Amino acid sequence: MNAPDYASPDNVPIPAIGWRGLLADWGSDGQAFRVSWGKAMMWIFLLSDTFVFSCFLIGYMTVRMTTTMAWPEPSEVFSLTIGGVQLPLLLIAIMTFALISSSGTMAMAVNFAYRRARIPAAALMFTTAALGTAFVGMQAFEWSKLIAEGVRPWTNPMGAPQFGSAFFMITGFHGLHVSAGVVYLLTVAVRLLRGHYESRSNYQIVEIAGLYWHFVDLVWVFIFALFYLW
Amino acid sequence: MTTGSAQQHDIGLYLRVWALLFILSTLSYLVDYFHLQSYLRWALIIGLMLIKATLIVAVFMHMAWERLALICAILIPPLSLAVLMALMAIEAHYTFQARTFFFN
Repeated sequence: MNAPDYASPDNVPIPAIGWRGLLADWGSDGQAFRVSWGKAMMWIFLLSDTFVFSCFLIGYMTVRMTTTMAWPEPSEVFSLTIGGVQLPLLLIAIMTFALISSSGTMAMAVNFAYRRARIPAAALMFTTAALGTAFVGMQAFEWSKLIAEGVRPWTNPMGAPQFGSAFFMITGFHGLHVSAGVVYLLTVAVRLLRGHYESRSNYQIVEIAGLYWHFVDLVWVFIFALFYLW
Repeated sequence: MTTGSAQQHDIGLYLRVWALLFILSTLSYLVDYFHLQSYLRWALIIGLMLIKATLIVAVFMHMAWERLALICAILIPPLSLAVLMALMAIEAHYTFQARTFFFN
């Protein structure tokens, strides 16, 4: 079974690109997605996760639009005071840069995995996991700070009580995804180093783990814009 | 551009996109830092958000090099969320008016 990626079982060549490619992929009684099943399923899982996070964000939009009380100013709620200077959203900015950096290292890990360079690929995955852990750590700090200030899912001292439920729900679910991603990346990286994937012709598992990780970063882009900056 | 499962790109591409994401994130942070308000603020926030999302999906997640069948299957369904968002926005306006009318 060493057929090339884009040939049908009877070796009729299939148009490679554009609408003709789409029709060829969906119009015949054949395999629609010419990628490995693992990659296709990860994409479909991420699609479903997109709907989960979007529903949270749309729910947040709805409570923010319907409340008659003033919404707490995120710029002030999430500011840090360092050396007597109040810096708005400083911690959130650092968290954003940590997550973007982890996406960059992950993209390079995938690139090394394509070349079957497993030591650099695993090293970059460990770096990615470390940055993800740092992100979760900073989020835990942020949660503790807000809880100490009296923010609860049903009330807070700054304004509209819906703020707390939206904040804990959205960032909590995202933090859970980051934590799960760290475990996932560490598992794949350790198995890569142990030679678990040597029997296969490629290290595509790294690319699939990378898709998940980039998705976590993607969700943060939306949370950062819509929850923290809006 | 080859459309294969084993895509090989120059590592510099990732570094450039990474740098670009850093710059765009700094810009969106500055939107808040300089207290830009109203439509300028919202336009910048949404615009920067969408550019960053596109870069991550297209380059980091390799969507730009996938076949159109996969691209359509993944990117078209989320458009239905725009309908949900519009419906909830209409509903939210109504709820807000009703609350203002009866509570205040």
